[in-house]
Amino acid sequence: MPYRLEVTLKPELFDAEGETLRQKARDYFGIQLDAVRTVSVVTVDADLNPAQLETIRGEVFTNPVTQVSSYDPLPVAFDWCVWIGYRPGVRDNPGSTGAEAIEDILGIELAPGESIYTSKRYCLVGQDLSSEDARKIAADLLANDIIQQWKVFPAADWDPDKGIGIIIPKVKLDHTPTVSTIPIDSDETLQKVSDERNLALNPNDIPTIRRYFLQEDVQAQRRQVGLSDPTDLELEYISQARSDHCNHNTFRGLFHYSEPLSGVAEEVDSLFKTCIEAPTLKLKSEKDWVVSVLWDNAGIGRFDSDHYYVITGETHNSPSNMEAYGGAITGIVGVYRDPLGTGKGSRLLMGGYGYCVGPRDYNGDLQPHLHPRRLLDGVIEGVRDGGNKSGIPTTFGHILFHPGYMGKCLVFVTAVGLMPARVGDASADQKTTSAGDLIIMCGGRVGKDGIHGVTASSEIYSENTPAGHVQIGDPYTQKKMHDFLLEARDEGLIQFITDNGGGGLSSSIGESAQFSNGCRVDLEQVPLKYEGLDQWEIWISESQERMTVAIRPEDRDRFLALSRRHAVESTVIGSYTDNGKLHIQYDGATCAYVDLDFLESGFPQWEFEAEWLPPEARGLREPVVGPPADYSRLLRDILSKPNVGSKEWVARQYDHEVQGGSVVKPLVGVNRDVPSDAAVIRPVLTSDRGLAFSQALLPTYSTVDAYHMTACTIDEALRRVVAVGGDIEHVGGVDNFCWPNIQYHPEKNPDGKFKAAQLVRSCRALRDICLAYGIPLLSGKDSMYVDGNLTGRYGVSHKVSAPETIQFSAISLVPDIACCPTMDIKAPGDLVYLLGMTRDELGGSEYYEHLGYVGCQVPQVRPEDFLPLYRALQESIADGLTASVRGIYRGGLAVHAALAAIGGGLGLTLDLGKIPVEKPLREDKLLFSESAGRFLVTVAPDQRQAFEAAMQDNTWACIGVVTEAQHLVVNGMSASPLIDVAVDKLKTAWKAPFGDLV
Amino acid sequence: MTATIRALVLTGFGLNCDLETAHALELAGAEAVRVHINALIDGSARLDDYQILAFGGGFSWGDDHGAGVLQAVRLRTNIGDQLRAFVERERLVIGICNGFQTLVNLGLLPGFNGDYQTRSVALTWNDCGNFRDDWVTLKIDPQSPCVFTRGLEVLDLPIRHGEGKFYATPEVIANLERHHQIAACYAKPDGTPADGVFPHNPNGSLEDIAAICDPTGRVFGLMPHPEAYNHWTNHPLWTRQADARRRKGQSALPEGVTPGIQMFCNAVAYLSR
Repeated sequence: MPYRLEVTLKPELFDAEGETLRQKARDYFGIQLDAVRTVSVVTVDADLNPAQLETIRGEVFTNPVTQVSSYDPLPVAFDWCVWIGYRPGVRDNPGSTGAEAIEDILGIELAPGESIYTSKRYCLVGQDLSSEDARKIAADLLANDIIQQWKVFPAADWDPDKGIGIIIPKVKLDHTPTVSTIPIDSDETLQKVSDERNLALNPNDIPTIRRYFLQEDVQAQRRQVGLSDPTDLELEYISQARSDHCNHNTFRGLFHYSEPLSGVAEEVDSLFKTCIEAPTLKLKSEKDWVVSVLWDNAGIGRFDSDHYYVITGETHNSPSNMEAYGGAITGIVGVYRDPLGTGKGSRLLMGGYGYCVGPRDYNGDLQPHLHPRRLLDGVIEGVRDGGNKSGIPTTFGHILFHPGYMGKCLVFVTAVGLMPARVGDASADQKTTSAGDLIIMCGGRVGKDGIHGVTASSEIYSENTPAGHVQIGDPYTQKKMHDFLLEARDEGLIQFITDNGGGGLSSSIGESAQFSNGCRVDLEQVPLKYEGLDQWEIWISESQERMTVAIRPEDRDRFLALSRRHAVESTVIGSYTDNGKLHIQYDGATCAYVDLDFLESGFPQWEFEAEWLPPEARGLREPVVGPPADYSRLLRDILSKPNVGSKEWVARQYDHEVQGGSVVKPLVGVNRDVPSDAAVIRPVLTSDRGLAFSQALLPTYSTVDAYHMTACTIDEALRRVVAVGGDIEHVGGVDNFCWPNIQYHPEKNPDGKFKAAQLVRSCRALRDICLAYGIPLLSGKDSMYVDGNLTGRYGVSHKVSAPETIQFSAISLVPDIACCPTMDIKAPGDLVYLLGMTRDELGGSEYYEHLGYVGCQVPQVRPEDFLPLYRALQESIADGLTASVRGIYRGGLAVHAALAAIGGGLGLTLDLGKIPVEKPLREDKLLFSESAGRFLVTVAPDQRQAFEAAMQDNTWACIGVVTEAQHLVVNGMSASPLIDVAVDKLKTAWKAPFGDLV
Repeated sequence: MTATIRALVLTGFGLNCDLETAHALELAGAEAVRVHINALIDGSARLDDYQILAFGGGFSWGDDHGAGVLQAVRLRTNIGDQLRAFVERERLVIGICNGFQTLVNLGLLPGFNGDYQTRSVALTWNDCGNFRDDWVTLKIDPQSPCVFTRGLEVLDLPIRHGEGKFYATPEVIANLERHHQIAACYAKPDGTPADGVFPHNPNGSLEDIAAICDPTGRVFGLMPHPEAYNHWTNHPLWTRQADARRRKGQSALPEGVTPGIQMFCNAVAYLSR
């Protein structure tokens, strides 16, 4: 019999969650609430006696100091009550920890099917609150109907004895697992099945698939194991392995690239091979610190002789776009499994984030599934819980607003880990599977999660249909697994480890079996969340928090004992073989028998038409604008732009210091509120070495040319790590491409050829700049199809494509953390230096955007000029000659000088006439040009000579001085200052856009 | 030469500050061992072998159902007697953040009149409504019996929590004050009381309470993280401090241990007395 326990804060306690809801209802929708109280609901679907119920009420679910509770509805006053609960099958983390605690305290084991469910009700008090208001709060603030259900109750209809009733979101499938055989009598038949089953097989792959299954020797072998035509599971396996997500067909595709205006026409056979693999292998051969690249879940660099670091970056765009919190938490927790599954396993050190969303204050006609503001809130909270609850510091990140991300948002998540250089006698970066090794699945259980991604969202819901396609990550389960697996690694128990992400077991076992050349899996052994999954669903489910591990049979008992110690579920589900076959059984019956090398052979390459038109040919021109008269106002307005303004509220929600190695935090300066150039951590607490980490993102430059967008993005990421003391000889990169669809279609994607050309150019910049700077690509991923169809006025649907975007992350070794500078100016009288050349490069700049233009002279990267300057600066930093170092990024000198002054709580007097230029530039261009390769550095007067000597042969000038008076004074060509504004006024402007968010 | 002080740092079930807490204890001269909660419960590790027990930070059981609540349930159910015996044998207990939340839910704090079972104080959701990572200034009560804060006056430490608001009835708070059990309060940067003003008091704690001890001073719980100020470069203003030192011709970083580590040194010194 089920019981419903309600818990709430005692009336005298402040309800912070209720208050947050009250404020959001006011700020987002103008709904005035007088008060909100929250009531937690724990539904106990288990056979407990009254004494047991009282024990768990008093000891587990109620804090006697702050809370009251009852198995009857609590009499909390409201005008409207909103109840929010999960749909069946959605991960209910508090429900499962509650069950764990009940079993512990009562010394019982819940029977199969017994469970604990949590939900909440919000008691809204407001005089004029309408039914519509309550529904809006439920649907648009609290619940996302993809994962949650909700009800509203007016006070008049509330039954004080029944309350919300008893709602049990239990999954009931009532289905016998069945393997289906798929007919392949013609290409059309298979295509039809692919469409019906959402297999997403590429039409060009279908003949290859049919050919294989029609081969006589293949058919003869299959008959021996009781198979004829392919099974659903086999086709799902092939579909997963051939997907763009797993196989990177776009980047391995054949591009017919042309520039019609100049007559250039060439073929590019695999962007991956030519622009990513080749330069990275070249740099690996030159740099002995590069340990492992291009094959594992993450790239590996040497930290010191005893430790390696591991880095990778991912995106989780589509799921976050549907369910922002769930998508983002699943994204960050998921990327953390990559270092854990690299080599023999890494401990997680830190994470980074990047969010690209539509304008937070969007009030136009387009109707995205989630308003950008709500979407951003959810994404921020998802990464917060995912990172904080994993005990991994989130040390760096950025947010970018652009209407192009209304169609689909971008959520970048980056993970850095650390492994010992050796485990026993073996190098820790190496791993392999061997025939006889056991296949073990660790961590969470398998449900209908993530099967075929978001396509399932179009299915019709019933009360007990699992809402599995959007997931909620469970950092608690994963943290336990993380701790367990590292202990198993250190005991030498792990032969191979990889994570279950996209494609689930199909990918993790399919790929790991390539090493031993075969596997046999008994699918009925896989622990399930609920009964009734078909075999193919078990095989490709993307249920989270799972790793696949290979161990030797003789290590089985020890491995499983350690797993129990850590309260982690581990199950032997098969073994690796060397017979060349992927062999899957269920209760002894074969449901897949495929040659592992089948995937390697004979699939046609994807092809793309790519056609480039230079910006002028696309109508872009430099704007015809005169000089501003009111520079002070202009600067304040630019500082108030959402993409420039302070985002302290986000960084403060993220634990950026756990693990105790924080050196340069995301926020620095005298008031700890200005963003640093890069984060520095001290991963080995007994060492004075550090790792610097940065990210950059400049998609607005793509409007002009994705080549320069990419080049500038890499340059910015590099300058950011240089600015905090990173070693230029040891910088690794992570490229995350997010691109709109590049497949030309005359109606659906008429500019596909141009977007394809942008991708080719972007990849070429990646190759050119990484080679020039010596940045091997330690890891990278691509996410294509960043487009959405949004309904607008009149019910017209609009295709919204994201600007071509690359997030580039840089990681660098810091030889001695005691030398790390920060960007805040330090002392009055210090000299201000501008390093690098300022050019008429405002195309795609914040300034032009502010005035309503794009322009076409986009900043360009000149590594041959820049690199010697960066080296000289690195030396000056190491010698302690610099007091502060700031790169000049988006917004130009004016913005970054203002931030350096805000950070230091001091003033700056700058003289524009001293800025190094090739050709004379107008004052507004000097202030707002976004030329790459530049830094703003302050130097104590007694270090002047040494600093200038170190910088000789480079482009630089002393352009001003740090002042005690807290004013930013900029002198132009005329007698009176161009800008003279108090630093706290600049700070107020800069904090204005998101000022009251906490 | 005195015998090595042995410290046990709890791990498992979502706890996560164990490595740096062990490191901090090692810097203070103790021998720190990270022990899984289940190893204590199944008897393969024994509390008896240690003089310091550290309940560290983290999200035990995901902090579902109240931070530290389920950790306290598991420990009280399985080894409650051992924990109380440990306290009564005059050994030291420190609870940091999630560990502090666990201590109050276990009833090991405030420990009025030798009662180490009653829950009479709580750490509840921050008034600001969100998890918050920032540095705070702490003012130490010099008259507190607390072993860990001896000799400290004002120091900066990081806080990182969503449920750190100290709450108790006025009678309980008066009782804490009477025995100088409020070992540390949130303060303004100059050391004067925060007076509940955000962000100096980051969570709305009553009376700015950041840390309390039991009447003996041997059981100590605090929301800020002393183990996360284990190196001078942890401080948010360290580059400014280093710059000022360089201008005076000094090395960038001072000698000696940080104020955070000093808390652990005090514990080791007390046990080595």
